[in-house]
Amino acid sequence: MDSIPVCNGKARASRLPAFGPWLGLLPFLLFALAFMLLPCGSILVGSFQDASGHFTFANIAHLGRASILSSFLVTIEVSAVTALGGTVLGFLLAYAITLGKLPKELRSMLLTFSGVASNFAGVPLAFAFIATMGRMGMVTFVLKSVFGINLYEAGFNLYSFWGLCLTYLYFQLPLMVLIITPSLDGARREWREASESLGASAFQYWRHVALPILMPSLLSSMILLFGNAFGAYATAYALTGGLLNLVPILIGAQIQGDVLHDPNLGYALALGMVAVMVLCIVAYQLLQRRSSRWIA
Amino acid sequence: MIKRRGWSWFWFFLGALYFLVPLLGTFLFSLRGKRGALSFFAYSRVFADSQFLQTFSFSFKMALLTIVAGIALTLPTMIWVHLRLPKAKPILEACSLLPFVIPPIVLVFGLIRIYSGPPFALASSPLLLVAGYIVLSFPYIYRAIDAGLRSMDLRGLTEAAHSLGAGWGTILFRIVLPNMRVSLLSAVFLTFSIVIGELTLAVMLAWPAFGPYMALMGRDLAYEPAALAILSFLLTWGLIGLIQFASRGITGHSTGLGGTH
Repeated sequence: MDSIPVCNGKARASRLPAFGPWLGLLPFLLFALAFMLLPCGSILVGSFQDASGHFTFANIAHLGRASILSSFLVTIEVSAVTALGGTVLGFLLAYAITLGKLPKELRSMLLTFSGVASNFAGVPLAFAFIATMGRMGMVTFVLKSVFGINLYEAGFNLYSFWGLCLTYLYFQLPLMVLIITPSLDGARREWREASESLGASAFQYWRHVALPILMPSLLSSMILLFGNAFGAYATAYALTGGLLNLVPILIGAQIQGDVLHDPNLGYALALGMVAVMVLCIVAYQLLQRRSSRWIA
Repeated sequence: MIKRRGWSWFWFFLGALYFLVPLLGTFLFSLRGKRGALSFFAYSRVFADSQFLQTFSFSFKMALLTIVAGIALTLPTMIWVHLRLPKAKPILEACSLLPFVIPPIVLVFGLIRIYSGPPFALASSPLLLVAGYIVLSFPYIYRAIDAGLRSMDLRGLTEAAHSLGAGWGTILFRIVLPNMRVSLLSAVFLTFSIVIGELTLAVMLAWPAFGPYMALMGRDLAYEPAALAILSFLLTWGLIGLIQFASRGITGHSTGLGGTH
């Protein structure tokens, strides 16, 4: 993208040694090395060491334990459910304010709100849902006293899987709205007009034109949302107090109180998380490249 | 046509309902601090708590340090890369993706492993916390500055200034910074909103910050946490509002997405 030839720098560059310009990057590189790469490297190394520092595959093998596999599974399920829910609902909302011909004021209102809500997360978000949907929460209370519906007797529990999903959706949904709105703005009206003039129905337009074009953006947004939920710690910690067996919660417990009695297994858990995230980011980059072909 | 717009309204109202009910519910809940009447009792109890002020001002200081150090590290680097070393851009790009690949809980785990003992025993110094916060906010600082640098002709401006005899200090403070006011402001406010209520790093490195304080309140009390949630929402709203106000009229300038959850 930035392939501007260095015209002014040439005269200077010839006077400096070849690595000269790289010296300017040194402070940042040192910072990145110390606080980004070394921590990752030490997690990687620690995953393959036993308590006395000898090389071993045992920690990685222990990731296959039923309890650890199930906590990876729960974390992936929460992330997948909220990513899917956020993608579908966020798409519909973004569609309503772009191509859905709603008044312009609603569009800017929703976008502003989404900017705020996607940043409103962690402990306060958990508090808001406890005050609303918790056992003594306002909605629970109103439903029970006015409509005679007892949410908790009906099987709902905020401090469970679905409660956590409902809470995560509060930052996932607005994030999706913010990501996908520009793509929908890019879905040009001419495509619709062209397909209609060729006799396509609304269904055919979506099935054969709009969705295939938007699919890479939708999928890449979904991956972003997945990663967003997968790494989340604060919201889950404040909401369930560590009751739900998510991987970040497990790692947190490991750091604070040595619950597994095995820090090296903790490093392996962390490595497992990073592996999932790396898969996400690779898939995301590939899909981004595809979607930029159509939507600038 | 009418039918399609009907659906748009339907989804919009459903979304609005989901967004507004928790806020309204939390607000009403926070007013019930006193038995039998609606009052701002919970709020006055929050403000009267000396811990509230202490932890908030600690996080405030950490946020300021993060902002100053983060920008001091990133801005000169990015200007340098932009002018002299465009081929190093992928390195910065990769570093801006890293905090996504390494969740905060993993980052802090690694930081503790390296810096809790010799030769670099930093774990008891707030420096480590600030360094961690710079890593967390780097993607947002990077994106904001990148947008700012793209929106102006940096090369032309610096060449013009050079030919008029300006040094690098003058160029930085009197030409580049004023032209990047908006991007820098959004970097500042986003970083602030990330750091001020951050929980994961603060709790694991055992600092008396605002995030851990809020979490502690939630364990013991009922109405004060709701009041804290409303206050946090207003703070976030104010910060994002300031960004959008500062960047009004600038097209293609997206505000940052998402913080740490």
